Amino acid sequence: MWPGQGMLRIWWRDFQSWKRYAPAFVVSAIGGPIFYLVAIGYGVGRFVTDMGGMPYAEFLAPGLVAAAAMNSASFEATYGSFTRMTEQETYRAILATPCSVADIVAADALWSATKSVLAVAFVLAITGALGLVRSPLAVALLPVAFLVGLAFGTLGLVVTALASSYNSFEYYFTLGISSMFVFSGVFFPLDGMPGWAQALAWFLPLTHAVNLCRALAAGAPSLALLGDVAWLAGMTVGAFLLAERLVRRRLLQ
Amino acid sequence: MCVPDDARVAERGLVIEARGLRKRYGSRTAVDDVSLDVAAGECVGVLGPNGAGKTTTIKMVTCFLPPDGGTLRVVGRAVHPRNHRAIKARLGIVQQQDSLDPDLSVEKNLTIYASYFGVPRAEARRRADELIRFAALAEHRHARIRTLSGGMKRRLMLARALVNEPAMLVLDEPTTGLDPQARRLVWERIRSLKGDGTTILLTTHYMEEAARLCDRLIIMDGGRIVAVGTPEELVQRCVGDEVIEIRMDDEDDPRELVARLAGGPWRIEHAERTVHLHLRDGAGEVALASALAGREFARRRATLEDVFLTLTGHSLRD
Repeated sequence: MWPGQGMLRIWWRDFQSWKRYAPAFVVSAIGGPIFYLVAIGYGVGRFVTDMGGMPYAEFLAPGLVAAAAMNSASFEATYGSFTRMTEQETYRAILATPCSVADIVAADALWSATKSVLAVAFVLAITGALGLVRSPLAVALLPVAFLVGLAFGTLGLVVTALASSYNSFEYYFTLGISSMFVFSGVFFPLDGMPGWAQALAWFLPLTHAVNLCRALAAGAPSLALLGDVAWLAGMTVGAFLLAERLVRRRLLQ
Repeated sequence: MCVPDDARVAERGLVIEARGLRKRYGSRTAVDDVSLDVAAGECVGVLGPNGAGKTTTIKMVTCFLPPDGGTLRVVGRAVHPRNHRAIKARLGIVQQQDSLDPDLSVEKNLTIYASYFGVPRAEARRRADELIRFAALAEHRHARIRTLSGGMKRRLMLARALVNEPAMLVLDEPTTGLDPQARRLVWERIRSLKGDGTTILLTTHYMEEAARLCDRLIIMDGGRIVAVGTPEELVQRCVGDEVIEIRMDDEDDPRELVARLAGGPWRIEHAERTVHLHLRDGAGEVALASALAGREFARRRATLEDVFLTLTGHSLRD
């Protein structure tokens, strides 16, 4: 077997197991962002004439794309992976084959990122139809969703490896995911915020995801975006190494 | 009395060679100086009460747990992280808990598992066909796992462990939780594998399972091996031919009876309100008749269960 083969085989298993649940996924992937877009983008948008130099709905849409990528990957890498690691004993079954913990963690991160790409594709299709995406560069949001998915997938796997039960995820989703959703520039630009708030936001992965999505959706890429890519890629590597170590400690000790 | 006897194992063709194996969890020693050999084609059973170290031993053999001491070779390779892939490629492992993919069909469970071993797709399908027949699941080929009974799931677990045509099958309590009919069906499958010359290492709590399936037994207690031998040998060596079982009334003091029986040509085992006498070659019939005059008792052939209780004691393990 060549390196990465085990990972792809496990990824394929995840996809095959998920297929029958695809309709539920589509509903949740589209539902969340669209409700926000309608209620906040158009509802609140009526009272906001201009946000960051554009109509509010247009400002909000790319932020919601980034959040959709975050949410899809985060759910998969926590509830999904935890089910495979505990209840279903899938990890243990796979570890009885030549596949390693690294293969499993990489496969689950890859699968999480796959779901981010799918979710973003659906959201893009709808926001595009609503005329909220102007630039053809928005196609680049798909690879961005992949990167964001890997970042949140590996981060979720770290949480999963440490979780004692499904209840543990309440902490992560309330304190981590939900707080990022509101403090990472999805709803308002961070430029006007005090310096310390901006500095704090820099440490949130979603901030970088939002930067990337907004610039590409507006068709205004800049070199500064490479910093955001590097930030997310670096975090992915770090979280992957940590998750691999933690899962190994949990299953092979 | 019941010394381990490794000498009987052939020198050549060893699938497992363990010497002085040790595993500690904090201050508790789970496996302590365990040496064992499994030769190609053998079916070896590991017996022992809960906490005896059976599962820990199995986990070390299957590369799930690094040993803290001793040497361990499996399928001809030292158990070391750099050899894990190569060793696991040649093992078929059935863990205690079912770990089938609940959202995949019976067939997909087999073909996808085969892919983890790098078995090409067409070959995986061919093996899946064969194994579905082996597991008597032909009518359930496209069924989802959720719809299968406990016995069917276990047979599929067994079939799945064979997709890589392993050099050794490792079964950790293969029939725990099954009803007697389902258990018999699993035994029958294991026996047919044995007939084909498959090397098998299994752990079990069921003496009947051990007696029916295993060529050789290893009895563990407190992390150590306390006896090794064929089922018949162990019964002969550790118990004898026959057992007399005397159940005491509540007001009857077993200690009195034990004192009266002491010194006879038998061994006395005493647990709660039951006294067991282990008899050899029908010795002491006359003395026995007088000692037990007027008492109710049962006389039966010695079994593996007597060996087990003699070696590991009668107290409850939690």
